[in-house]
Parts: sequence; structure tokens; C-alpha cells
Amino acid sequence: MDRNSVGRVTPATFTFGDGDDPLTLESGHTLGPVDIVYETYGEPNADRSNAILICHALSGDHHAAGVHDVHDRYTGWWDGMIGPGKGFDTRRYWVICSNIIGGCKGSTGPASINAETGRPYGLDFPMVTIGDMVTAQKKLVDHLGISRLYCVAGGSMGGFQVLEWSLRYPQMVRSAISIASAARLSTQAIAFNAVGRSAITRDPEWQGGRYNGNSPGPEKGLAIARMVGHITYLSELLLDAKFGRRLQSANRLRYNFSNEFAIESYLEYKGSAFTKRFDANSYLYITKAMDYFDIPRSYGPLKEAFARARARYLFVSYSTDWLFPTAQTREMVRALLSNGKSVSFIDIDSPYGHDAFLVEEEKLTRIIAGFLEGVGKGAAS
Amino acid sequence: MTSQYVDRLSRTDRDMILTLVPEGSRVLDLGCGDCGLLRELIDKKNIRGTGVDIDGMQLVEGLADGLDVFQGDLDEGLADFPDDAFDCVILNQTLQVVKNPLLVLNEMLRIGRYGIVGFPNFAQWQLRRRLFFGGRAPKSRALPFEWYDTPNIRVLSIKDFFDYCRLNRIRIVHRRHLICGRWVRSPLWSSAVNMLAHIGLYVVTRK
Repeated sequence: MDRNSVGRVTPATFTFGDGDDPLTLESGHTLGPVDIVYETYGEPNADRSNAILICHALSGDHHAAGVHDVHDRYTGWWDGMIGPGKGFDTRRYWVICSNIIGGCKGSTGPASINAETGRPYGLDFPMVTIGDMVTAQKKLVDHLGISRLYCVAGGSMGGFQVLEWSLRYPQMVRSAISIASAARLSTQAIAFNAVGRSAITRDPEWQGGRYNGNSPGPEKGLAIARMVGHITYLSELLLDAKFGRRLQSANRLRYNFSNEFAIESYLEYKGSAFTKRFDANSYLYITKAMDYFDIPRSYGPLKEAFARARARYLFVSYSTDWLFPTAQTREMVRALLSNGKSVSFIDIDSPYGHDAFLVEEEKLTRIIAGFLEGVGKGAAS
Repeated sequence: MTSQYVDRLSRTDRDMILTLVPEGSRVLDLGCGDCGLLRELIDKKNIRGTGVDIDGMQLVEGLADGLDVFQGDLDEGLADFPDDAFDCVILNQTLQVVKNPLLVLNEMLRIGRYGIVGFPNFAQWQLRRRLFFGGRAPKSRALPFEWYDTPNIRVLSIKDFFDYCRLNRIRIVHRRHLICGRWVRSPLWSSAVNMLAHIGLYVVTRK
């Protein structure tokens, strides 16, 4: 195993919202009891002031680093960034990653059993927003005895949670790292999410969301949703370089509808692999939460919205990310600058598109390690 | 050897800038590189600093020192920064390498109350001599570049800068000229300064 790995980790579950005190959601509905599955890496210091909360993206989960079993083939999704001597250095910081509510990796979501009916929620699961996910994380952070987070960090939808944290609980966030994120999704991004959801809900196996248990569920629809999503995560440049117009096997055209082009079979593979690890209803709920996320709608025009911020911010964007373009990051940077807040901004030159935040680890490591170091020194905090 | 000389010159620049920046002020350094100057200003003048550079990875050093950093291209302007956000905006040895120097100067004085501008004087007598007698593009120990690889695409003299300031209602508050390795502040006759100084360093403000 990698010498700089956090090694073997065991997820923990925190439950709240039992009985009379359920979680009240932004929609007005309530949810309870609520399970939150999380992992921690590194150790807390005496006053628990070294805690860093990692927020995961759409298809991520609480398993951010290390392995669950020594025989695991795969490490956590951000293993290159979290560990001894890595960007989030677990020798110095106590790193926490929790699974969002609405997900399908252990925290309460549409596939969880509804205590009232004894059956999976399915579409009876209330709509959760990014704000609700953060409120639930706050309960966990309180439970862990943390009064102020040294940093909240995340990319893409994880960045949404970071921004929400910094505005919803400004006193609790000492620094915030938003990577490849935005104050709200672009129309184009909502459009792609809509196509993904449509593919799922039009799959006959979806059965109005009541597929749990007996059937495999809308695997075809979910696979298509993932294929569409995957295209949006990559840049045109990268697709060209990686696949071009290459054919999968023969050099001759077959003149039929099989997956001839390499890009076709790649997407097909990505799509079907995804169905093995993700729940279609969760995909619907989470993409909807992303679509709903809108800082100006919740907190007013960006300049006003960020007036309440207390954190030191670091924004990282990627030059070829067209799903969360650099201009959307700069909008927020401008709002913070106009409020005289502490903010840093770096646009990484990368060919990888939106996926770069999971791929370009070397540069991100230097940036994040530097920023976290500086947070300890900065006069502003 | 050339580069040592250039290093020493930039050291000299820095020392002078350190004396010109007021204690505890908010400082923006345009073209800050690895934020070395800001770091020194924090140590010696207790400033609150922000660094701007086109090379994002260089800025990482500044992040680790607790500075705010902003990756940006000065030639595109600095529209993300509000008016009067800083007490002092430093533009040292950068004016001569940008494509849109007028935009950069305007932005500097929009964002900051005072600007500190330093640039090499291309009318210094050794450069003139080389051009006049040698018939070759100006080159010196302070400007050791060939015509084809010089980053200095804007060739200006101290007199040019004075003209610009006069026409654009920019007031020069302090002037420092590097003559024979020494900073001179006595108000010499401008033609003499233009002949002798390697570097001009000015604190400017809007009239």
C-alpha cells in the first residue's frame, strides 16, 4: 500500500432527528430519523480546531481516502489529496468526509427504509437541497464537538456545499476552498441534468420510482444519464486526444449500429459501470438539488450574499471546464473583493475539463497545502 | 554575472519600495511573481497584501504566507477589483512588459489611492551611446536582453513618463532615481535625470 495512504478506515454512522425532532427541510417537509455515514482521517487536536470537512460531488461518497479492506482494489475518491504529507495533510489536520443525505451510500436517501411504512422511500423521499445537506452535516460537526471548522473544501457539487456552509454558518467556517464550482448551475448544466433525469424516468423499469427490492431498476436510463454526464465532465480537447475518431476494433467500417467508435464503447462502459454503484432515484434527487442551488435566490445578489461571509476563500477553476466555467468562479471572487473580503483565485491551465479537480492532483496539492498553511498565519482570520 | 547584477538591482528596487510603502497599509502588487516583495512588506511594514500574477503556480508561495492571491492578466484589466480597494498599488518592473500599459496605469490608480511605479529608463546615456555609436538596439548590464528575446516590449524614458503624467492629470508625489547604483531624491533637472538614471521609481496619485 501507498506509504502516504491513511490506510484502512472504517465508516461510522451518526443518527439524529429521531421521533419528535426531525430535520426540517427547506421545502417545509420533515425527515427523520436521519443517518449520516462518515469517515475521518488523522487526529483531532486538543481543542478540535484542526478539523477539515470535505464535501463530495454528485457521484462521490464518504469514502474519500484509504481503503476499507486491505484487499480493496480501489482507494477513496480523493486519496491522492488526503493523507500524510498530501494536500490535506492528515499529520496536521483532522479530515472528515460525510455522505450527503439523498445519496445512496448509507446516509438517509430515497433507497432507505421509511420508518413509517417499513418500505423504501422511493419518491416519498422529500426533496432535499444543498442547504439541507449542509444542515445535516452541521449536526454531525456539532456531534463531533467542533465549534469552528479550519476549512470546508470540495469540488463541483462539493463546492456548492462549501459555499452554502460559508454563508449559512459564517462563524463556523475559518476557510473555504471551492474547486470547479459556481454560485448556481448554468442553464446549459441544468439542461444536461434534465436529459439525465429524463433518461431515468422514461425507462419502464423505473416504475414511478418504486423499483426498489425486486427489480434491477432503471439501469438503462441511469447508464444513459451517466453517459451524458460524463461528456460534460471532459473537455473537447481531451476527448479528441484520448479517442479521436478511432474505431474500437477493426479498421473497416461495419455499416451497422454497434459501438464502433472508441468513444462509444468508452461511454457505454462508464454508463454501465455506474449502474453497479449508484441508485437511480438518488441520481434524480441529487441532480435536482444541484439545479435548485442558487446563491442569489437564497441570499440576494452575489455582492450582498457574500457580505455576510467570514471565511478566507480560495477559488480554483480549470481553463477547459465548460460545465463550471472560470467566469462563474470569477463572479464570486469579484463579489468577495467588492466586499473587501479575503479571497484568492487560481485558474489552473488543464486539458481535463471539469474532471480536472479529480485528476490534476499535483498542482492542486501545492495550492491547497499552501493555502491551508497560510490560513494559520493570515491576519484576516 | 549579468543575472547577479540584475538581482542586485532588483534588491535595490525592493529596498526603496520598502521605504515608500506606509506602515500597515493595504497593498496590491501587480505582477508579483512569487510574492517575495509582499512577504517582506508584511515582515517589515505589517501590511495587508494581495498579489496578482499571470502565473498561478508562482502564487502558491504567497498563499502559504497567508497572502490573498489573484491569478490574472494585467492586459485584460482588473475589473474584478473595486475602486479604491487599496492604499497602495505596486507596479514594479512590469510597465515595460505589458501590452496595454495605459490600461494598467489607469487600473492601478482606480484600484489604489497611490501607485508605486518602477521601470528601466531606456534613455540612460549608456544605452544612448550604444545606439548612437554602436548602431545596435539598447542593451546594458541592467537590460541584458537581445532584441529578439527581451520581455521589454514598451520602451519608455523618464521624460516620456513625466509627459504621460502631465497629460493624464497624474501627480507625482515622490520620485527616486537610481544613478550609479544609488537612489537619488534631489530634484535634478529632468533632462539630466533622463540621461543618468538607470531606473525611475515614482509614487503617483490622481490629481
